[in-house]
Amino acid sequence: MKKWLHPGLWLTLAILLVISIWPILTRDAALRERTFTILLAIVMASSLNIILGYTGYVSFGHVVFYGLGGYMGVYAIDKWGWPLPAGVLLGGLTAGLLAFLLGRAILRLRGAYFALVTIGINEAMRTFVSNFQPFGASTGIELHFSVYKPYGGAAEALWLTYYLVVALSLINILLSYWVRQSKLGLGLMAIREDEDAAEVMGVVAPQYKTLAYVLSAILPGMLGVLFFFKNGTVEPKDAFRLHFSIEAIVMVMLGGQGTVLGPLVGAWGYQRLRGLLLTTNWKIAGLAIKDFQLVIAGILLLLIVLFVPAGLVGWLQQKFSKLRRVLI
Amino acid sequence: MSILLSVQGVTKRFGGLQALTRVTFDLPEGQILGLIGPNGAGKTTLFNVINGVYTPEEGRIIFRGEDITGRKPYEVAHRGLARTHQIVRPLNQLTVRENVMVGACFGRENHLLHRAAEIADEILELVGLKERAEQLAGSLNVAQKKRLEMARALAAHPYLLLLDEVLAGLNPSEVEGMLNTIRAIRDRGITIIMIEHLMHAIMNVSERIIVLDYGEQIAEGTPQEISNNPRVIEAYLGDPNLAKRLLEEVS
Repeated sequence: MKKWLHPGLWLTLAILLVISIWPILTRDAALRERTFTILLAIVMASSLNIILGYTGYVSFGHVVFYGLGGYMGVYAIDKWGWPLPAGVLLGGLTAGLLAFLLGRAILRLRGAYFALVTIGINEAMRTFVSNFQPFGASTGIELHFSVYKPYGGAAEALWLTYYLVVALSLINILLSYWVRQSKLGLGLMAIREDEDAAEVMGVVAPQYKTLAYVLSAILPGMLGVLFFFKNGTVEPKDAFRLHFSIEAIVMVMLGGQGTVLGPLVGAWGYQRLRGLLLTTNWKIAGLAIKDFQLVIAGILLLLIVLFVPAGLVGWLQQKFSKLRRVLI
Repeated sequence: MSILLSVQGVTKRFGGLQALTRVTFDLPEGQILGLIGPNGAGKTTLFNVINGVYTPEEGRIIFRGEDITGRKPYEVAHRGLARTHQIVRPLNQLTVRENVMVGACFGRENHLLHRAAEIADEILELVGLKERAEQLAGSLNVAQKKRLEMARALAAHPYLLLLDEVLAGLNPSEVEGMLNTIRAIRDRGITIIMIEHLMHAIMNVSERIIVLDYGEQIAEGTPQEISNNPRVIEAYLGDPNLAKRLLEEVS
């Protein structure tokens, strides 16, 4: 179909390629780590965009999929000796299943009620995992050094996880684009604009919303496995960090909800800003401030919602309608 | 002529408010049925019950021989029943064409995107919005949004179309244009129920009229029968003798 040739897709893929290729060309481990966090953010933001941007459901609990998926994958690698790719798939599957079960129950809620419940679910899951003995309860799971052996040692394993996270980002952008251009996407956007009117026109909203929720959950689930495999340990407080969910929302809003390019740009911009803030020592009245990026994130979110609710890409599309041909 | 829709003793209550009381009628295929009544008479509620937004407390709705009482709006839509809303509900951030494509994609015929786009262009031509296809729906004016509502409903190629005050807020020439569109739709074989406050318009276009007052069906008949019915005149003007006096004064 002609729509597959939308230049916006190629632009988005080109940007992703430019971001991800430098560490591979330079074999610079420090750069690789920085880029890893950017790609991590891109996957979180772009997957969140499917439920937040396309479907219009604000989820504060996106990190629950990342956390639970990560736990399942790491558990399988550690206890059952599964290879990394199998662990990653298990993580995605677990997150997808969780989203399916949750979706049936909570997607009937709308607006603020849905948003509140997603926070509750993340907190409940963290409490559960903190007390769940097979997952090491509050101390979590620590991977033994020997798990990296089949991949040629820890250093090589880090490169492998990097390649895999690049692949995940790529899949995520393609998925996002496919949803945007498909009949599914049209149904989701109809739900976002007016759910009751969409149902009157025949959109089976419960089914479509659940599908969107599952699609948005699978990739963070896989991502969690990669991150915690690289990290070597997984603990409840890292896996179910509410901050991370909120930051993902900021990234989506910053770049432009409901667009393919927006979450990528937003994630990149936000992570660069965060890196800058983390390496500067901020002090108020002589006291160092921890997590200063969260202050900025809060202010950013406020400003975006007030003045540019469509985000950067959305704003560009509105201002310069010709750009719609190259931005999607 | 076969019966397309049969509403049998439908009763709907909201708490203590009796919104509809045993409303009963049969609608043959190919007719335009007018639904009139004072504000708050239950006209829109009847639409909402027919298309599944509300479930009635009593009674049944039979559409094309199938009991659709209590079905969800999307299930009703899939069976070939489409409607417009009194207060327009455009999908603002989507283009006009995309709005209409939603109807074609998810309505009775369940088309794929590219076919839906073709149907959308056809329908937009019919309702006179072809030039606006690429515009965002939110940027249309009220008259255009009403046309968009109709286009979306039509794109599903429904058997039955429920039109809720599509003429309200339009100027006389727009009303004339819309009435022509409605007749054109009927000529395509689509059965229509329309709610309208503009008396001359509805008398002109409907074959049969039902009058609701406080949720009760107080009259049913041809436009002539309705306009001479004392109960109808009373519902509208409060006192039949007053109406008579007014008429005499005018003449």
